Amino acid sequence: MKISSGRTKAYKVVSFIILILLAVLFLFPLYWIITGAFKPAADIYNQEPVWWPTEWVAKNFENLFNKRTAALFSLFGIDGPTGPAAIRWLINTVFMSIMAMILTCLTAALAGYALAKKRFRGRAVLFGLIVCAMALPKQVILIPLLKEMSALNLYDTLWAVIIPTVGWPFGVFLMKQFSEGIPGEILEAARIDGAGELKTFSTVVLPMVKPGIGALAIFTFINTWNDYFMQLIMLSSNANYTSPLGIATLQAEGSVDMGLLMAGAALASVPIIIVFLIFQKYFTQGITMGAVKG
Amino acid sequence: MEKQSKRDMSRTLQRRENISGYLFMLPSLVFFVGFVVIPMFLCIGMSFTDANLNAKTATGFVGLTNFVNLWQDAKFLDALKNTFVLVVVTVPAVTLFSLWVSSVIYKMHSAALSAFRCIFYLPVVTGSVAVTVVWKWILDNYNGILNTALKGAGIIEKNINWLGTSGIAIWCIILIMFTTYVGQPIVLYVSALGNVDQTLVEAAQVDGATNFQVFWRIKWPQIMPTTLYILVITTINTFQCFALIQLLTSGGSGTNTVMYYIYQTAFKLTEQPGHFGYANAMGVMLAIFIAILSAIQFKLGKEK
Repeated sequence: MKISSGRTKAYKVVSFIILILLAVLFLFPLYWIITGAFKPAADIYNQEPVWWPTEWVAKNFENLFNKRTAALFSLFGIDGPTGPAAIRWLINTVFMSIMAMILTCLTAALAGYALAKKRFRGRAVLFGLIVCAMALPKQVILIPLLKEMSALNLYDTLWAVIIPTVGWPFGVFLMKQFSEGIPGEILEAARIDGAGELKTFSTVVLPMVKPGIGALAIFTFINTWNDYFMQLIMLSSNANYTSPLGIATLQAEGSVDMGLLMAGAALASVPIIIVFLIFQKYFTQGITMGAVKG
Repeated sequence: MEKQSKRDMSRTLQRRENISGYLFMLPSLVFFVGFVVIPMFLCIGMSFTDANLNAKTATGFVGLTNFVNLWQDAKFLDALKNTFVLVVVTVPAVTLFSLWVSSVIYKMHSAALSAFRCIFYLPVVTGSVAVTVVWKWILDNYNGILNTALKGAGIIEKNINWLGTSGIAIWCIILIMFTTYVGQPIVLYVSALGNVDQTLVEAAQVDGATNFQVFWRIKWPQIMPTTLYILVITTINTFQCFALIQLLTSGGSGTNTVMYYIYQTAFKLTEQPGHFGYANAMGVMLAIFIAILSAIQFKLGKEK
């Protein structure tokens, strides 16, 4: 018994050390982005490794902002004042992610409730279709999607990214899981009290699935923000780029200014990391719920 | 009880249920049918044609030509081989690694647990583009920290062109992919391990079972559904891996994958006649491979 507990202890210590080393490996890219964004060129091109900036400078961000310009926003076809394209990309990304988030949560909450609690005809077939679609690689439908978007005159607008994201059935699936937990008696009671369908939904159902909506909201926000492939296919003009797409384009164009690229990467990733850290709890919940019975 | 109420439901009630059910589904269905289901069928349909970006040169239905040509296309076969290497290495590695990490951290104090979970999830949140851009710099031939640090430590003498050398590049891709894929499995395993029935574990320990036996006989069967889910999503993700390939190697040095080849065929090789049809045929093949692999994983999981 003693030997075994001694071994367990040793195993615990060793695995903890390995865990710390791994954590360093996983944190390193982010560390390298942030320090790289603020390093002077001399540090970046030094042939000796420079682990910590010798001096924190904003030059990389200046270069990034001067590299390209675009109207800062555009409402109903009228352009706002011109500014750094990188800022416009950030505004686009935030707008795109928020719109996708709102529309997904709204449609998925309604549909998830119906699938979980309404005994309408064709429910099982519909649900089967949704589960099958979830297992499909999203990318294979991108060519037809692109054609659809051009036909709808939405190609090269942020809506071309938002709309297919809303159609993706994961949200409905997740909200169905959460809605299963609503007791039928409560819905029954609301009906007896004379509440209409919409009233029942907004006053009884919505408050009960709030954690699910929170999870779905943060999940959709982060995934839309980072869905580079969709952005790459659907957006083509500088003013409509998102942050990830903009940075990827700067790199693909052969920009070898690593400081500038790191500044761009920081701008694309730090906001979303902050959002993630704030709403981490909901996020974890969403991932776990989405997998149950998956 | 559900059956009972269903039987009691009068016809008018059922009709009301149908109407309200579909009205609630409607907003979601518009998006789902319009932008997932219809494109899915269009994709299958287009794979039997020689559709083009330039619609005028297309003649229409070509039968199975695209699917036949695929298997004679050396580039496709090479991409397929690379994709399978990625899947065969990444999927088991991600699953085992995340299981190990989760089993170490799930009993920790809640602050330590969420710190570790967060750290392993960070590469996912950072986004594939930012992660790729920074790794490209880390692995850079002349200016990358990996080469300068290894040289400084005297481990290597000459710079290694990590991303430009066949045989090395794909392992770099696998490593980076690995760091961006383990986040979600760890979250899932931590929660699954936390839900394992503790009374069974304690009973086994009282009976003198070793830690290994407790894990293998009690915990492993209970977390099997989670394992299955992780296997399936990691397989799908690996098949879809795109940003890493495009931004790190552009499919060069033996890292071309089916997904990247689809992209290239559809959007870069627009001069090639029938390129849309051909790319769609590859997409359909990819979906079939994923379906087969998922089915195998489910079958194996059920037998266990």
